[in-house]
Amino acid sequence: MEQTNFQLKKQDTQSQEWSKRLHHATRATREDWIGRGISYLCIGVIILVVASMLWFITSKGIATFTQNHVSLWKFLSGTDWSPSQGKIGALPMIVGSFAVTFAAAIVATPFAVGTAIFMTEISPNKGRKFLQPVIELLVGIPSVVYGFIGLAVVVPFMRHLVGGSGFGIISATFVLFVMVLPTITSMTVDSLRAVPRYYKEASLALGATRWQTVSKVILRSATPGILTAVIFGMARAFGEALAVQMVIGNAAVMPKNLISAASTLTSQLTTGIGDTIDGTLPNNALWSLALILLLMSLFFNALVRVIAKRGQLKHER
Amino acid sequence: MNAKRKDMIATVIIDLIVAIVVGILFFLLAYILIKGLPHVSWSFLTGATDSFDGSGGIGVQLFNSFYLLVLTMLISIPISLGAGIYLAEYAKDNWRTSLIRSAIEVLSSLPSVVVGLFGFLLFVVKFKIGFSVISGAIALTFFNLPLLTRNIEESLSAVPRSQREAGFSLGLSKWKTEVGIILPVALPGIVTGVVLSAGRVFGEAAALIYTAGQSAPVTNFADWNPMDAASPLNPFRPAETLAVHIWKMNTEGLASNAAALSAAASAVLIIAVLLFNLGARVLGSYLYRRVTASK
Repeated sequence: MEQTNFQLKKQDTQSQEWSKRLHHATRATREDWIGRGISYLCIGVIILVVASMLWFITSKGIATFTQNHVSLWKFLSGTDWSPSQGKIGALPMIVGSFAVTFAAAIVATPFAVGTAIFMTEISPNKGRKFLQPVIELLVGIPSVVYGFIGLAVVVPFMRHLVGGSGFGIISATFVLFVMVLPTITSMTVDSLRAVPRYYKEASLALGATRWQTVSKVILRSATPGILTAVIFGMARAFGEALAVQMVIGNAAVMPKNLISAASTLTSQLTTGIGDTIDGTLPNNALWSLALILLLMSLFFNALVRVIAKRGQLKHER
Repeated sequence: MNAKRKDMIATVIIDLIVAIVVGILFFLLAYILIKGLPHVSWSFLTGATDSFDGSGGIGVQLFNSFYLLVLTMLISIPISLGAGIYLAEYAKDNWRTSLIRSAIEVLSSLPSVVVGLFGFLLFVVKFKIGFSVISGAIALTFFNLPLLTRNIEESLSAVPRSQREAGFSLGLSKWKTEVGIILPVALPGIVTGVVLSAGRVFGEAAALIYTAGQSAPVTNFADWNPMDAASPLNPFRPAETLAVHIWKMNTEGLASNAAALSAAASAVLIIAVLLFNLGARVLGSYLYRRVTASK
């Protein structure tokens, strides 16, 4: 009797053990839960950062319009920026930012595309061994160093060449040109390399010269990629703060010409945000400038997506 | 003009363009090194800055740059590792994942000055921590996270599917497979990415001027207790980095030899960044050889 009882008990614990094993998660599964948890947490942190960044800057940026009751149109079209007297026309900075961005992109694109053609079509060997490191080095140089060289070389050069102070849109364009050049070049190289080899071979087989092949076949089919590269470069130029701030002269007036002191959204932010008191109109106005910067960055982002989608459709057809 | 002639002209023009681009880089490097290196000395590298006119050495700034870099990496590597593993392994191909990817893309395309202003708003204005090492390190983390995450995800995804299957067939969990098998294989790529991003973080200034601040209080390098106010390790003291120092000297500096000093500081900065770039290559290929047993 005692023995059977013992046996029963033993069986019982054994079956309990089995049911435990069968009904509960194994060690591997538990590990997986933990791992999944950790990785979800990390991605959650990033999403939280992005969301709060968008939220904080937007809510700060619209305070000018909701709390100080400045009309949006007046803010965007006004040309008088003296926040301490309540006048906040942001047009000079907006014009300045767009001027340097477009000018830098227009100057840089031919250089970038030329370099990319050299690296992919004319001399791939030299391109890989020599130009690739050159481009990487140019990317690696910190923006303050570009700004310093702009201040020490470009500004005096402009002063000698055209007179005036040397500060202004043209100096900023020069500095930004060098800064966006590597960005546009390396992305253009990628898009040229992605052109199917047989496109090129077909063109050459028809008796086309190298330049005819490059200009009529390769550049044509790489156009979406090159456009994306240029937009990335423009986004970088638009958001660049210190290098521009050092050479543009920081005068919040409508730029009359390319060689007079002007200012951009970023330069105004860098010089102004530390001197204003939180919650006042001058401070809120600066946050509105930051909001414009944020929206433009989102716009560039969206533009890249649209182009990518269009390019994809073309290839599938 | 026939096609052959056009071809020749185009080639000449392109060669010219390439020569100009290469010339620009060499001019930049030569200018900085020739103007700057003669002023770089041991006393410049370790000396204290004159708090009035910004002249003098860059010892504290150099230390601050490295300290901020280490802190930034300590915070951002674990987070981006987790996020990278999520994207490479757990993320399904649905709208939620594409939303997450867009969020990361948005973060990476934000201008660094906007990231810096957000850090300023959050830590200096809202939490009242003030200009401090920790505010700067977290702002730099925001700026660093998207790139590092993408790099880690790419490195992990490049590992062949068969390696994963081998792990699963041994009965390992997905997590164990990822950490024990895939991560070591992907390590060379990840390390290269980390060191390259370290170079970027080292030279970043716009995100720091309103988070880590623009002053470098002279610290007592004999005091290594992070809780002491004068300790160089104290995370709540303002910390002007080398890059911020160069910016400040050129915009507000009163020193008579500001140009020479900033050239010297720029030379140090560029050499550091070059070393990071070189280190990334060497370390990456070394690890690749070690991990894969290939020559």
